[in-house]
Amino acid sequence: MALRQPPLAESHEASGATLTEFGGWEMPVEFDSIRAEHEAVRESVGRFDVSHMGQLAVTGPDAGRLTNRLVTNDVSDLDPGEANYAAITDDRGVMLDDTVVSRPPADWSVEADYLVVPNAGHDAEMADRWVDHRDAWELDATVENRTESLAMVALQGPDSRDLLAAETDADLGELGRFETTVGSVAGVETLVSRTGYTGEPGYELIYPWDEAETVWSALDCQRCGLGARDTLRLEMGFLLSGQDFDPEDNPRNPYEAGVGFAVDLDSEFVGRDALEGVDVEGVEEKLRGIELVDRGVPREGYPVESADGERLGEITSGTMSPTLGRGIGLAYLPSEVGLDEPVRVSVRGEPKKARTTATPFLDR
Amino acid sequence: MSFDVPDDLRYLDSHEWARVDDGSARIGISEFAQDELGDVVFVDLPAEGEEVAAGEDFGVVESIKAVSDIYAPVSGTVTAVNDDLADRPELVNEAPYGDGWLIEVDLDDESELDDLLSADEYRDQIA
Repeated sequence: MALRQPPLAESHEASGATLTEFGGWEMPVEFDSIRAEHEAVRESVGRFDVSHMGQLAVTGPDAGRLTNRLVTNDVSDLDPGEANYAAITDDRGVMLDDTVVSRPPADWSVEADYLVVPNAGHDAEMADRWVDHRDAWELDATVENRTESLAMVALQGPDSRDLLAAETDADLGELGRFETTVGSVAGVETLVSRTGYTGEPGYELIYPWDEAETVWSALDCQRCGLGARDTLRLEMGFLLSGQDFDPEDNPRNPYEAGVGFAVDLDSEFVGRDALEGVDVEGVEEKLRGIELVDRGVPREGYPVESADGERLGEITSGTMSPTLGRGIGLAYLPSEVGLDEPVRVSVRGEPKKARTTATPFLDR
Repeated sequence: MSFDVPDDLRYLDSHEWARVDDGSARIGISEFAQDELGDVVFVDLPAEGEEVAAGEDFGVVESIKAVSDIYAPVSGTVTAVNDDLADRPELVNEAPYGDGWLIEVDLDDESELDDLLSADEYRDQIA
């Protein structure tokens, strides 16, 4: 099957990006070097093409009710211009995906009472899920998959506000975390969200696919690929759907995955009843941060053992943290394994000293 | 972009180089290889006195995004290891033919050199 191309594919090619397959899309993994891109975001500003993220526009009298019953957080009380993070669970409470749900301001010309942003490659599946439940519950809402008509660019880093402010008429000073506004960016109508996946202050911009290049090139700063996106998110302990949880390969509920804060049990949603039990009984395993004490890089699938060699779990995501200069990773470990406990990571069969740690790995 | 391929080295098609001098060889990876790998963050090398065999892997170079085995262009006994790489693995990126070298070996069999690629042959391979 041919890979899906982002709207900036030609621009990336011309920039000499290294490309990779991700979630069925061909995306840039690296433009200059992962380290340089990572450092630009931590210290200044970088831009990412994240058009592979899904965009579902849910509209109509029951748009809020439908969406609220399919995500773990309460989105019914979002006002226009607000967004929040949630998991999407099945009736067992297993995470199918995680998402940001927003209620775009009324003056956005894209018709969307609610905008749901699932992860790359999950857009069709989630659109079907919304439609199937709408029909089963006999609700009045339309669900449109806008993934290939809307471009999405992330501008992240301490200097992102100054850079964006120079190109937009949107009032960024008023925009708090997880708030959205509509403005013109480089002359293009854009939904501007104070959200991101890096731990730095920043914005995610959603605007028409055909205008991808106009906005991208106006935001002239370090181009960043998925490589730096991964190292940045991992330093923050943010989950990667399909890797840190996966309904088939690694079924996990939000409490195990450390995102219990995004579960509102006062809200009625698919999976709520299963999760209420989990909330009461607790979980057997929890996602923990792992920091290598020895030199080395923990990677997906590497075993994690106790100090005396008992297998505890395995790394779901790992990298060498460019900021800390140490190997870091995430792993599901028995809940009784606390924080700051000595463990070992088996790196190609060689046990390396490590310790459990709270996430984020960085103070942000 | 074109990569530096020094004429005085011999190459393996897996992108290692050997600089031969009086019965011993210094070994590293090519500029092309370090570019493909990206930022090198960890290097795992054999200890002095260990044996390496031509065509067999003798260690690992890790970048942020990938783990890559490294193969010996020649057989022999390790006589020196680049200890600087423990603290500064990025030398492999910055100076792959210089300060980013990996190991030195005493050659077991100089005729193995005939099996390696010349600079021109290696340039053709990466073109």
